[in-house]
Amino acid sequence: MLIFEHSKSALHKTNKTELNSIPAAMRRRQSAALPEVSELQAVRHYTRLSTRNFSIDTHFYPLGSCTMKYNPRVANSIALAPEFAGRHPLAPEKFSQGFMSCMYELQEMLCEVTGMKGFSLAPMAGAQGEFAGIAMIRAFHDANGDHQRREILVPDAAHGTNPATATMCGYTVKEIPTLADGDVDITALEAAIGPQTAGLMLTNPSTLGVFERQIQKIAKMIHAAGGLLYYDGANLNAILGKIRPGDMGFDVIHSNLHKTFATPHGGGGPGSGAIGVSARLIPFMPIAGVIKENESFRWANKSDYPKSIGRLSAFFGNPGVLIRAYVYMRLLGREGMTRVSEFSTLNANYMMAEMKKAGFEAAIPDRFASHEFIITLKKQAKDLHVTAMDFAKRLLDLGYHAPTTYFPLLVPECLLIEPTETESKEDLDGFIKAMVQIQHEAENDSELVTSAPHTMPVKRLDEVRAARQLDLSWTVTEAGKV
Amino acid sequence: MSNIPEEMRYTSSHEWVRMNDDGTVSVGITEHAQELLGDIVFVETPEIETEFTAGEACCVVESVKAASDIYMPISGEIVDANPALTDTPEIINSSPYDDGWIFKINPANEDELEGLMDAQAYEDSIEE
Repeated sequence: MLIFEHSKSALHKTNKTELNSIPAAMRRRQSAALPEVSELQAVRHYTRLSTRNFSIDTHFYPLGSCTMKYNPRVANSIALAPEFAGRHPLAPEKFSQGFMSCMYELQEMLCEVTGMKGFSLAPMAGAQGEFAGIAMIRAFHDANGDHQRREILVPDAAHGTNPATATMCGYTVKEIPTLADGDVDITALEAAIGPQTAGLMLTNPSTLGVFERQIQKIAKMIHAAGGLLYYDGANLNAILGKIRPGDMGFDVIHSNLHKTFATPHGGGGPGSGAIGVSARLIPFMPIAGVIKENESFRWANKSDYPKSIGRLSAFFGNPGVLIRAYVYMRLLGREGMTRVSEFSTLNANYMMAEMKKAGFEAAIPDRFASHEFIITLKKQAKDLHVTAMDFAKRLLDLGYHAPTTYFPLLVPECLLIEPTETESKEDLDGFIKAMVQIQHEAENDSELVTSAPHTMPVKRLDEVRAARQLDLSWTVTEAGKV
Repeated sequence: MSNIPEEMRYTSSHEWVRMNDDGTVSVGITEHAQELLGDIVFVETPEIETEFTAGEACCVVESVKAASDIYMPISGEIVDANPALTDTPEIINSSPYDDGWIFKINPANEDELEGLMDAQAYEDSIEE
């Protein structure tokens, strides 16, 4: 029920005397179409809605490729401190030294942990980070007069954002197939590389949950052809403090700071898609960065990045997200950073091993998982007519947020499971137990699974209608009522 | 067992190709492909008179699970696209080989058809 549906008109009384002081021409002729409820009704309405959240604060949330881990509250508290939250974006540099020193250190820490030579905190989201990264690759080739480089190579295991980004930057996309063991098909890559190649976008570990073992060879091949390497930082959580994209040969990386570094996400923002670059791309970095000069900090300008791709927003990224990332990284320190990747991969591999033992089929059974792994339910779909989506919906009844379903597209009937480093062994075991229970139900009472969920506020949704007749607006009628 | 008509040719990316009497060829996706995709919600058909080479992505089929490229099975020019898909994309689910055809091509080189799979070869390929 929407708050408008609770609304009763004439609950509020207009104060005519106050209105009289406003010139008639400036008064609205119709009353505003606002819901009219008492304060208590409003409190109850929103509190009731909040109890329907299925979130990391209430449930295990192994949504693959999304890194739904616990975000320490202290990072949030510090970002909310008035000294940070109250800073005006146009405040002079001399009154912003504290904030700027944090941002400078964040840039430096990100360079250190990724092995890049420069970092920009300007992108306001992952998609903008990707856009800025590929825009820099394009600016680099243009500056060299390499206008014939019109093509970006993207493995078929990539996130959908990669081909979208390349297209938005004016490139055509060439898809590279992936082998059954999860590595890029080097022979196909070799055949695809040419004078038209602007670069390759790669996620490593890939969305298949395995590390690309040929990365150094791939980097050499792309560089030899004059192309640049773009690292999609979606799976940075898996390698934090262990190996660095810069050392693998990448020229650009974007990191979703909100995801790996302590901002609750999944609700549509705000985010941060900070981008790191190799030395030769520093001149092309976006404007608004922090430079340290004579022990004080100043904003970067066009003379610092002479071939800059320009500004990405009016000011400087999303400072709240950046402060959280800064606090989180300082809390972790060098040692803690390593423990993030160690425990996220340990948890994923423990779960994969236990689920294999319980009879589930891993998509890439013979390799170690990174921080996430895939099981395929194609046998269940074929023999029992119970699909990955049915398992996902039934998990909700048992108190678990579903893993990512039907992604990556390469694996039929798949669940992409990312437990993250912050879950206890008991929670991992609970999830596995739930999967075993659903398997048992699928074999003995499949209706129970195929008609799930049974305990949620809504039953199975009509996905076709949601895709084709999406209507999220509440229409106000003539009478000013809704 | 998936329905795979004998009279058609197939690609490894699950397109079917039917030779028409007027020299054009019709293209759609197989029953197996629509099963994998699930309920189709949107089809972006290719523009008529556009030319593509074999293997090029030429249009997009979107289902509740995924958006998937459709690849040109053989080189040629698009001469027709199924207008019914705009309002009723679900006919790809209900009738993948007939009502749910996606586009027609004027082939650049009919010999390319020989390089496609027959029904048996396609059946073997999806059995794997």
